[in-house]
Amino acid sequence: MKAYLSFFRIRFLNNLQYKVAAWAGMATQFVWGGMYILLYSAIYSFSSSPKPMELDQLTTYVWLQQAFLALIMLWYRDSGLFDLILSGDVAYELVRPVNLYPMWYARLLSQRLAGVLLRFAPIIIVSILLPFPYGLSAPASLPSFMLFLGTLLNGTLLTVAYSMLISISMFRTLSAVGSLTLFGILSEFLAGMVIPLPLMPESLQKILMVLPFWLTGDFPFRIYTGHIPVQEALGGIMLQFLWTAVLITAGVLWLRSIKKKIVLQGG
Amino acid sequence: MKLYFKYMKILMRSQMQYRSSFLMVALGQLIYPFPLYAGVVLLVGRFGEIGGWTVPELTFCFGSLLISYSIAEAFARGFDLFSHMVRTGGFDRVLVRPRSTILQVLGSRFELNRAGKLAGSLGLYIWAAANLDILWSIDKVAVAFFMAAAGVFVFSGIFVLAGVWSFWTISGNELLNILTDGTREMARFPLDVYKSKIILLFVFVVPIASANFLPLLYITGKALENRLLYAFSPLLGLLFIFPCLLLWKTGVRHYKSTGS
Repeated sequence: MKAYLSFFRIRFLNNLQYKVAAWAGMATQFVWGGMYILLYSAIYSFSSSPKPMELDQLTTYVWLQQAFLALIMLWYRDSGLFDLILSGDVAYELVRPVNLYPMWYARLLSQRLAGVLLRFAPIIIVSILLPFPYGLSAPASLPSFMLFLGTLLNGTLLTVAYSMLISISMFRTLSAVGSLTLFGILSEFLAGMVIPLPLMPESLQKILMVLPFWLTGDFPFRIYTGHIPVQEALGGIMLQFLWTAVLITAGVLWLRSIKKKIVLQGG
Repeated sequence: MKLYFKYMKILMRSQMQYRSSFLMVALGQLIYPFPLYAGVVLLVGRFGEIGGWTVPELTFCFGSLLISYSIAEAFARGFDLFSHMVRTGGFDRVLVRPRSTILQVLGSRFELNRAGKLAGSLGLYIWAAANLDILWSIDKVAVAFFMAAAGVFVFSGIFVLAGVWSFWTISGNELLNILTDGTREMARFPLDVYKSKIILLFVFVVPIASANFLPLLYITGKALENRLLYAFSPLLGLLFIFPCLLLWKTGVRHYKSTGS
């Protein structure tokens, strides 16, 4: 355990150095957030049909999505790992006297946590300063806020377990990149990143809420805004644990079966 | 021109060496427009309309845009990834050859797998065109054609700007992703849905509106006065490439090798 923790710490500190990329990413996220908020507020002001979410809840949702993007993006792929596999350097990883799965898990987790630490504060601060209803509103209540933090981190564990499956799949076939693009685009939609889950039709929501994707971002953000009341969140939290366990088990088993018949590329 | 085709032939052949990889990427690209389409359908289903536009109109708009974007990406990606060439000193080799730098950088990349995105967008585009509540007359077809063409030139122009940028900064240009990706994302919807003054930026600075809602107003018959102005708006987008290329030439003169 200690080895993985120190590995996590090293990678984490290492990742904190990419400050320029973080600034650029932040600027992009401001543009994104602003665009969605302009769009939704225009739609809201011109439509008379009933709203599934108040505008300030929706804008809060969008800003949280942008601020914590590094934690929730499902299509993210560690190009470092990809290079390891392509170049054959993965052999060095394999000879280390540690387990590959937890080591890579720590690597991916550290990347996301460092990424979010570099980005979230400025986005949160600026979006708080924006006038109502365009900015980030206060959480629904103190318990919702605490629960939001808990479920967000819990969701991150799930996201990383999902990314692990993607990384492991690169072992199987180098042409996986294509299917990853495909998966990335689909999962983004399923997670409510194209349009938020509450804006979808009820029947579709029911289906999506069985799948793991919404648990990563949509779920904690809606707890924050009070769209999901605190007392109704228990089921979602159980689901988070369940899916994390399922994905990690799947990843560990898959990696084990792959390691038996691995063929190293290049050298 | 002959040289350019030769470049393309070589690049195409090299990509075909990894056939299954190529097919998978192309397939991934193929479905790219469909979640966007689903998003539009769902939003319209929920709110009745978006800024007064119907589903076929909105689909026509982003279909046309994605067609432009995938063509521009396939051909002009060399400029977008130009910073790599500067960093590795590859541009030095380009400079010593007795051919134009633009041609060579353009010929350095050709991403055939974008044909997947093109096919997917084209499918949606044709569906939308057939379901638009209008009569397709010859002038509207012409405007639609120039609308897509203007998009290609605007996006190519942005890619060239990204290349120009790296003459000065050498390193990657993440910040310019705002310009490329941001423009693409913003322009997915007819720009007037945002009901905001920022659309002026997209009419005059990066004239993507000329491949977006300006000609769309003409095609859907929503432009009531100054119709000719809307019909000829794609010209603005076509012209955008010239200042970009001019900046490129300035950049080339400014170039200092990184020496590696």
